[in-house]
Amino acid sequence: MCTVCGCGDTVTADGKVMSHDEAHRLGLAHSHAPVFQPAAPALPFPHVQAKGLSPHHDDHHHYGTGPAGVSVPGMSQARLIEVETSILAKNDSIAVANRRVLKALGVLALNLVSSPGSGKTTLLCRTIEALGDAPLAVIEGDQQTSADADRIRATGARAIQINTGKGCHLDAQMVGHAIDDLRPRPGSYLFIENVGNLVCPAAFDLGEAAKVAILSVTEGEDKPLKYPDMFTAARLAILNKTDLAPHCDVDLDLYEANLARVNPTIEILRVSARTGEGMPAWLDWLRARLAEAQS
Amino acid sequence: MHEMSLAEGIRSIVLDQARAHGFARVNVLRLEIGRFAGVEKPALEFAFDVVMRGSPAEGARLEMIDLPGQALCYDCGKTVDLSDRLDPCPLCGGGKLIPQGGDEMRIKDMEVA
Repeated sequence: MCTVCGCGDTVTADGKVMSHDEAHRLGLAHSHAPVFQPAAPALPFPHVQAKGLSPHHDDHHHYGTGPAGVSVPGMSQARLIEVETSILAKNDSIAVANRRVLKALGVLALNLVSSPGSGKTTLLCRTIEALGDAPLAVIEGDQQTSADADRIRATGARAIQINTGKGCHLDAQMVGHAIDDLRPRPGSYLFIENVGNLVCPAAFDLGEAAKVAILSVTEGEDKPLKYPDMFTAARLAILNKTDLAPHCDVDLDLYEANLARVNPTIEILRVSARTGEGMPAWLDWLRARLAEAQS
Repeated sequence: MHEMSLAEGIRSIVLDQARAHGFARVNVLRLEIGRFAGVEKPALEFAFDVVMRGSPAEGARLEMIDLPGQALCYDCGKTVDLSDRLDPCPLCGGGKLIPQGGDEMRIKDMEVA
């Protein structure tokens, strides 16, 4: 039961059946069955209100394979249960809910993925400066320290740091919590800087509109071939630090050919966050995606 | 890749299923793993043993069924079976292929008591 208004697991709001939490997050009026009047006005971002009540408000359980009411007490004979459930089903269902909330708010969420040291945070700082007054927020993922969030906040942008501890990737639940705390403004950008890792983050949907893979020119032209999953999952690849290319004998065309080999539809931009080369094309790409998010 | 997280996902599904179906023990758990899923089987077996402790699946036998990898070739437009993610198209030799399956990681069924 929802601890904000007391309604059941699912409600009908705006003509759609959704979880009560989604209805609250979207600020939608929703009917309760059986008829139940909330004690307080329905508020978006229920996790904030529910803090301290339960670790995660138990709100994402209804997306998983919860109790189906077919308990067979006393049954002891060995039997086969067909499960046919993806191991990542829970993450994926939370990601779907995140995506629906972000879409309803017209927020463009981008999942920035790369190996450590590709220049994600510097690119992000330059991007925030270049976007000027555009509303935006940042979720920073790292194993430890708040160094990256501190760098982002120094630009004046709002940022939340998630430390994953031993974890090697952000998951949809972490991002859902962060979205609740950040409360991104409608029509804003939400940059999610994932843990520097070209392997695991490929498999974990966070609810983003697209993954952007950042690859610095010093990493080697064969990197897309070594880590194909990430570049297959990405919509855009940014070849960063192009100002260093003349100093390290790299073949930028070969980078692009290898990216196209693992993902024939990937878009590619050459950028130097340090010198600003290629930044206008990146900013145009961002604005086009934001317009899509609001359509 | 992230076999510990995967094992935790399996544990969570086992607990849900145990509540739904009222069983106390899992004897055998069968997974379907696609060829491109990037799962290290020995690592997942190890993580499974560790993570299932204290759950109905503690001590359960883990069986993994391989699913083939398929990819769409952007040169000839056909969907083909691939054994390696970076292999060329077996029909036309083209090098631009996008996976169309083979990234599955799912629990197929469980033998429970």
